[in-house]
Amino acid sequence: MTATARAYRGTALPVGDRALLVELADGEETAAFHAELLRRRAAGTLPAVREIVPAARTVLLDGLADPAGFAAALRTWELPPPGSSRTDAVSLPVRYDGPDLAEVAARWGVSEEEVVRIHTAAEFRVAFCGFAPGFGYLTGLGERYAVPRRATPRTAVPAGSVGLAGPYTGVYPRSSPGGWQLIGTTDAVLWDVSRDPAALLSPGTRVRFTAVAGDGHEGKDR
Amino acid sequence: MTDRALTVLRAGALTTVQDLGRYGQAHLGVPRSGALDPPALRLGNRLVGNPEGAAALETTLNGCTVRPRHTVEVAVTGAPCGVAVAGRPVAWGQSVRVPAGAVLDVGPAVSGVRSYLAIGGGVAVEPVLGSRSTDLLSGLGPAPLRDGTVLALGPRGRPAPPADAVPAPAPPAELALRVRLGPRDSWFTAAALRTFASAVYRVSSASNRIGLRTEGPALDRAVTGELPSEGMVLGAVQVPPDGLPLVFLADHPTTGGYPVVAVVREADLATAAQAVPGTPVRFVVVGRGR
Repeated sequence: MTATARAYRGTALPVGDRALLVELADGEETAAFHAELLRRRAAGTLPAVREIVPAARTVLLDGLADPAGFAAALRTWELPPPGSSRTDAVSLPVRYDGPDLAEVAARWGVSEEEVVRIHTAAEFRVAFCGFAPGFGYLTGLGERYAVPRRATPRTAVPAGSVGLAGPYTGVYPRSSPGGWQLIGTTDAVLWDVSRDPAALLSPGTRVRFTAVAGDGHEGKDR
Repeated sequence: MTDRALTVLRAGALTTVQDLGRYGQAHLGVPRSGALDPPALRLGNRLVGNPEGAAALETTLNGCTVRPRHTVEVAVTGAPCGVAVAGRPVAWGQSVRVPAGAVLDVGPAVSGVRSYLAIGGGVAVEPVLGSRSTDLLSGLGPAPLRDGTVLALGPRGRPAPPADAVPAPAPPAELALRVRLGPRDSWFTAAALRTFASAVYRVSSASNRIGLRTEGPALDRAVTGELPSEGMVLGAVQVPPDGLPLVFLADHPTTGGYPVVAVVREADLATAAQAVPGTPVRFVVVGRGR
C-alpha cells in the first residue's frame, strides 16, 4: 500500500437517461477505477446503481438516478492503486493439448513447450466478463502475445476449453460456438448456478494456470 | 408434482417463462432478460391477483395451448388475440376462470407479436439467480416450452380483483423510437447521423428477444478502428459492420464491441417488442449524450 493514489482522469459519457460509460486511459486505470467503485459501494458512499460493468477500458454504471450529477462528482475522486489487498489467486489446472497450440506457438515464434511455460508463468487478472455467464477476459500475457481470432469460428467449443484472442485468455464455461485459439482444457467448473457465487471468476479475480498431465486428475478441485 | 400445474399442449412458435428479469449480475455476463413488454406482464398479473412481477408465459406470434390440472384464473394481455376455454371464446384482457382439465387456447396475435398469459399463482419454476425468466442468449432459466412440458404453478395468493376492461392496443403503424445520441455517436459521420435521425427503417424478420434488427440505409463510420468491448445497456442502438441499427432488447449481451450510436428510451421498448417485421421505424433524437 505504498503506491500513492492518483487523481481520476476519466471521461464520463452519458448512455441514455440512466447510465454513464466512464472511459479511462488504459486497463490499469480501469481496474483502479472499478476497484474504487466497489470499495465505495461496500462503504455505502456510492449512489444507488443497478449494474457496474467493467470492460477493457471503460466501466458502465447503469441505473443511476442522476448520471450528470454523478459524473460531476467523479472529478473529485482519487483512485488508490489496485491489486494491493487481494486474496489468493485462483489456480486453474490445464491440460495443454488444445487443437490450436501449434498455431499459437508458430505465431509467437516459440515451441509448444515454451507456450506452456509462458502461459503458466504469467499472472492473470479478470479484466471483465461477457460473451457468456462466467466467461472472463483475462489480461496478463501482454500485447506481444496477442493472437487474432480464428478466421472461421468453431460451431462447438467444449466446456473448459482454454483459449486466446487478442491479448486475452478465456475459459469457456459451457459448450458454445467460439473463435478463440484453443490451447488447452481445464476440468474446473467456471459457472454453476447452484453454487454461490455461480461464477468462479469475476472482475478483479487473479488467476494462475498450472500445467497438468493428460488425465487431468491432479488439482481438479479449486 | 402437485396438481398445481399445467400441461403445455401446443408450445407455439416461441413461448417462454418470463418475469421482470435478472438484475445486478451484468458484470458476470448475465443478461437482464425478462418480459419484452413489461407493462403487459404487469397488467396480466394484476388481473389475476398476482404480484406484478410473477412469472407468466410470453408467446410469440401464434400463441400457445395449455391445460391446467386445477381451476385457475388467467388473463391474456400484450398482443391482442383470440382466447378460448374448452373451445368457447372468452375475453382477452380480462380475468377468466379455466376449470380443472379444460383446454385454454391463446390464439395467434391479431396485431403485435407477444402475448402474455398470466396465471393465478404464477409459474413456479425454480428461480435462477433471482429470476424465473428464460434467457435465450445464455441459456439461463427454463428452456423454451415444448409440447408436453409440465409447469408447476404457485399457490393462489388472493382472490382476483374484479376485471377491468382493458383496451386492446392498436398495432403500431409506425414505430417512433425516442433516442438519446451517444455514447459512440462520434464514431459516425455527420451524414450518417443525419440519416439515422431522418430515414425510415423497417423491422427486420431477423429480430428476436436479443435485438430488434432493422433494414434501411447503412450508417457510415467516421472511425474505422476496433472499439474495445464495453458494457451495453437495454435499448442500446448498436451498429455492426453492416451499418444497420440493431436495438438491444432484454436478452442482449452485457458487453459488446460495436459502437452504440444512441440509446432508446426504456418506455418505448415495449412498443418496439410488439412491432411485426416490416413495420416502419423512425429514430427520433430527443437529446444528445454530450
